[in-house]
Amino acid sequence: MTVLIIIGIYLTLLVLLGVSSSLFSRGTKKDYMVASHSIGPFLLLMSIFGTTMTAFALIGSTGDAYQYGIGTYGKLASSSGIIHSLCFFVIGVKLWTFGHKYGYTTQIQFFRDRLDSNNIGIVLFPILVGLVVPYILTGIIGSGALLNGLTLKTFSAGTFPAWMEVDSGGGLPKFIGAPVICLVVLIYVFFGGMRATAWANAFQTIIFMVLGCVMFSIIANNIASEGSILANMQLASSKVDASHATRKDMSQSAFLTYMFIPLSVGMFPHLFQHWLTAKKASNFKLTVVAHPIFIFIVWFPCILLGIWATTDLVTLPPPVAAAPNKILPFMVKQFSGDAVLYGNYLIGFLGAGVLAAIMSSLDSQFLCLGTLFTEDIVTRYAGKDRFSDKSMVLIARCFIVAIVIACLALSFSTFISTNVFILGVWCFSGFSSLFPLVFAALYWKGLTKYGAYACIIASAASWLYLFKLSKYGGDDEFTIQLGSFDVMPVAIMITISTLAMVIVSLITPKPSPQTIAKFFPESKS
Amino acid sequence: MKIVVWLLVLALIIAHQDIWFWNDGTLVFGFIPIGLFYHSCISLTAGFTWFLATIFIWPAELKEES
Repeated sequence: MTVLIIIGIYLTLLVLLGVSSSLFSRGTKKDYMVASHSIGPFLLLMSIFGTTMTAFALIGSTGDAYQYGIGTYGKLASSSGIIHSLCFFVIGVKLWTFGHKYGYTTQIQFFRDRLDSNNIGIVLFPILVGLVVPYILTGIIGSGALLNGLTLKTFSAGTFPAWMEVDSGGGLPKFIGAPVICLVVLIYVFFGGMRATAWANAFQTIIFMVLGCVMFSIIANNIASEGSILANMQLASSKVDASHATRKDMSQSAFLTYMFIPLSVGMFPHLFQHWLTAKKASNFKLTVVAHPIFIFIVWFPCILLGIWATTDLVTLPPPVAAAPNKILPFMVKQFSGDAVLYGNYLIGFLGAGVLAAIMSSLDSQFLCLGTLFTEDIVTRYAGKDRFSDKSMVLIARCFIVAIVIACLALSFSTFISTNVFILGVWCFSGFSSLFPLVFAALYWKGLTKYGAYACIIASAASWLYLFKLSKYGGDDEFTIQLGSFDVMPVAIMITISTLAMVIVSLITPKPSPQTIAKFFPESKS
Repeated sequence: MKIVVWLLVLALIIAHQDIWFWNDGTLVFGFIPIGLFYHSCISLTAGFTWFLATIFIWPAELKEES
């Protein structure tokens, strides 16, 4: 019960932080959505990093390393260090410039102007929302699994309704844990908007990075009894079999094509909104430089914990071994729990650290969905003056709540894969397949609105087709066979969407000279 | 210098596909599998490369703004 009390205190602090940030609000729509473009370099770094690191980074990476070994780091961490910063540099800074200059708060507003297409939102909105949903699902599933894993054997049978206790192992059922986390996030997002989100993200990023390092050192200290932490780590790693300590069972071509997945950050709608919060373009510099290093700090310990979990130093109960999402919570509980030195206080703090990573993404995603709906659908099609500001906020909140309820229902169903890592990969793949669109919009004058429509439709169609082929994420090792090469589905999606965009753009009317002059000012001369 | 920085980025992308440590289970410092150690170095080198990028290839028009 101590664990739940500490996590409860942490959640209360978070709500208070969010609510207090609203005291600094300027009361405008711009302040609610992009914090009046007032965020400095440190807050920008922490909020962007917190947003991109979610359950996927902590729980998912540990579980994937447990299953497939050290290759997990190369598949997504080191590649993200290169590609994320590249996207911040070549996409983020440029979009910030246009957003600042022309007052955009969503991607669709930018594309509408850039493509001279009033209705691009009708196609893009459902796709962006549809792709954010699996991302939200990773957070919801991760938080439910974490709270359950940390509280195993806390509650006696009959404490909760029988249907909730199935597979809960005496822990807090996911049917309670996940909705509570969503509720906390909703409260501070509703109160403080983007300012609360940025503050909470920074706070939570510090929490999960510091507690993550503490968690790793405690587990490393307790995983064996060799007399020193270094000796313990050496013993643990020496017991890891070759299939986890190398990449011998991993396809090199699949590893190569994983490199396309981090391109997704170029099209994340919630990240676009975070970019716009920057006070000036130079505030991006710290983010561009520190992001790869921060990724290393978070992922490196998780990968080691994942491969150590495969050794005989860790006795995993069959239900945990069968559920990769539960590996990290289990190790935290086993090696820093009441059976060792630190008692349940530590588990509570460490649990709060992992929850921090999860919630720092959920908040941005919730806010972004509300912004997309009010700006790109309600304001656009109902008219600017149809609803008062108060009604607009209410509509946004109702939309967010409806999406969250739908996500909770999906996360509890057996329809979709519950492997956080796999679900995350599919979500990122979808956004990556739209990357050619944003890149071309910024750097290719020849992109036409028809080319953009073709790109979006090709992305959506190829994603849906391949996701279905993978049994909706159920096939963990789904790849496409091209001759003797295995490639990740994302490579196929990007190829199809790029081809569709280029071919259709080449044969359809070019954008107006005014549009070209607006977005490519250097071409005027 | 602009070309050097972009070449460094390209080199990082190529170096990421390290077939040379693919099946090597050597433990660096006795506990870090060499494949993981190598990719950790890629992450840190990426940070340094992007540091150079913010100095040498930051868009000129944005230098004035900041």
